[in-house]
Amino acid sequence: MSDAVLRVNNLQTQFQTRAGALKAVDGVSFEVGRGRILGLVGESGSGKSVTGYSILGLIEPPGKIAGGEVLLNGKDITRLRGDAMRQVRGAQIAMVFQDPMMTLNPVLKIGTQMIAAVRAHDRVSRKAARARARDALAKVGIPSPDERLEAYPHQLSGGMRQRVAIAIALLHNPAVIIADEPTTALDVSIQGQILAEVRRLADETGTAFVWVTHDLAVVSSLADDICVMYAGRVVESGPADDVIASPRHPYTAGLLASVPAEHEPGTKLPQVPGSTPSLANLPQGCAFAPRCAKAGPACTTTPPVQHFEDGRTALCHYPIEPVSCQPLSLTSTTYRSAS
Amino acid sequence: MIGFLIQRILQALMVVIAMSIIVFLGVYAIGNPIDVMIDPASDQALREALIQRYGFDRPLFEQYFIFMNNMLHGDLGESFIYRLPVLNLILSRLPATLELALTAMLIATFLGIPLGLWAGYKPDSLSAKAIMGFSVLGFSVPSFWVGLLLIMVFAVELGWLPSGGRGPTTEVLGMNLSITSLEGWSYILLPAFNLALFKLGLLIRLTRAGTVEVMSSDYVRFARAQGLSESKVVGLHVLKNISIPIVTVFGLELGSTLAFAVVTETVFNWPGMGKLIIDSITVLDRPVMVAYLILVVFLFVMINLVVDLIYGQLDPRIRVKAAS
Repeated sequence: MSDAVLRVNNLQTQFQTRAGALKAVDGVSFEVGRGRILGLVGESGSGKSVTGYSILGLIEPPGKIAGGEVLLNGKDITRLRGDAMRQVRGAQIAMVFQDPMMTLNPVLKIGTQMIAAVRAHDRVSRKAARARARDALAKVGIPSPDERLEAYPHQLSGGMRQRVAIAIALLHNPAVIIADEPTTALDVSIQGQILAEVRRLADETGTAFVWVTHDLAVVSSLADDICVMYAGRVVESGPADDVIASPRHPYTAGLLASVPAEHEPGTKLPQVPGSTPSLANLPQGCAFAPRCAKAGPACTTTPPVQHFEDGRTALCHYPIEPVSCQPLSLTSTTYRSAS
Repeated sequence: MIGFLIQRILQALMVVIAMSIIVFLGVYAIGNPIDVMIDPASDQALREALIQRYGFDRPLFEQYFIFMNNMLHGDLGESFIYRLPVLNLILSRLPATLELALTAMLIATFLGIPLGLWAGYKPDSLSAKAIMGFSVLGFSVPSFWVGLLLIMVFAVELGWLPSGGRGPTTEVLGMNLSITSLEGWSYILLPAFNLALFKLGLLIRLTRAGTVEVMSSDYVRFARAQGLSESKVVGLHVLKNISIPIVTVFGLELGSTLAFAVVTETVFNWPGMGKLIIDSITVLDRPVMVAYLILVVFLFVMINLVVDLIYGQLDPRIRVKAAS
């Protein structure tokens, strides 16, 4: 894809600790095109959220970006400092957080927070900023936006608050929105509404989304492409349908097998044995090898990136052969556009 | 809102009544003031006459009701020593304490909150650690000693500021104030700073603790992700969230500063209420003591009432609870 709005190249984020530098993100690369949604999938501690924060330059000490580039429309933003980076945040790359109960300031009106967000980048009057805030609320499907501007966060439901957060992210029509598990804290019906809304927004506004999640069902119904992360590395990537229909990395296959939706009721749910390794104590070579059924003698050496058809990749010595059965579906709904 | 206000005022009234009983009983337990006031050589008849005149021969509850009845009519009694209505006596000293306490609180607030914000914003910096070290000194070093030190340095050695007293005053709205003139300021500066020191340390620590907590919250991270400038993040998001504990402590400290600025007033020979009450206690001037203590209770209750009302303005979640 040459029209990528966001391209992450070999990103390295490390946290300095007494035990040495922890590589929370270790050479992650991906790209997102205009209006596309990339699902960044992984278990807790896989480095997916840190990747999101790194893109925005929001890593706090002792963490730092140790290498790689984040190209926004071809320009590396990891080198930006201070005010230059601030001007990117919110205006060109916005972020939506996991817990809508915590991301809005409880003592400030929605309107106050949105007006501040507008005026952080545009020198407009309060009145104009307010009008834009109202339009943004309407755009994400919030009824009677004028009243909501006067409300405090605790007067809104969780789903409504997350819509407000998305509206704030949309205020400046950013090229990219990074969404860090934004529907995890919401119940399923609200999640469905928000996913549908996000898909519509991506199609209508051309905003690219990086959707960080551990929920494969969400990704399969929403994302165009998938990156599966494990222990700070991308272990598999490719178009969402293909990856889900025929995973090439054993870890992806294990994750997919442990989704209840496609599983015969009454039988034991397979799971990936073991748990994610500590970053301070990663195994030699492939980090997944100790949990992997297919692990072989080569797995003590760093696995190569294997490239397959349709731009798919897997970081594995022994990738799974493609299966040619019909694509399975994790959920009955899809929010993806017809294209 | 109105319901909340009425409820709070009723509560305040109960506190004042309860305190008036406690104060009255406490002072009564000290003993008969006539024995202290009277010339030991005077005869029993004069003693009896005096006891009867002040009503000390009546039962305790009757004395209390007479006292309360008089108080409701604005009469808090007459000082045994000064032969003046107690209320006038206290009110004549109030402006001096008021301006001293308010100046001290202003110093503490306008130094303490910015210093605390900085210490919380950059908790690992050297300057933050210096500020925190200073704050520990602020509330652990005894204020009389600091007061003497300030006099030694600024009045005796350097000779920049007067060592005590109140200096010239001008009458504003019926109160004699010294902060209206530059010379008056030279008198108030040292005692006010001395009085401010403890509160300064307290406010720095309180502000820092709140700032550290809020800075790591999701909404501050979200505000940064929106591209808000750091000054906006601190000024808009942090300041309002940390203001509730600050307002609480400010209220309590204002009350205690007004009521118990005794040490500073004594060290700097400041003619305020604190000195009046100490003098009254040493000579057992009972009406002054009682009236003063009740005034202090009233002051605290009023300040807390105002603080409660400010809470509602600061935190909308409290407003909802109060309304329901």
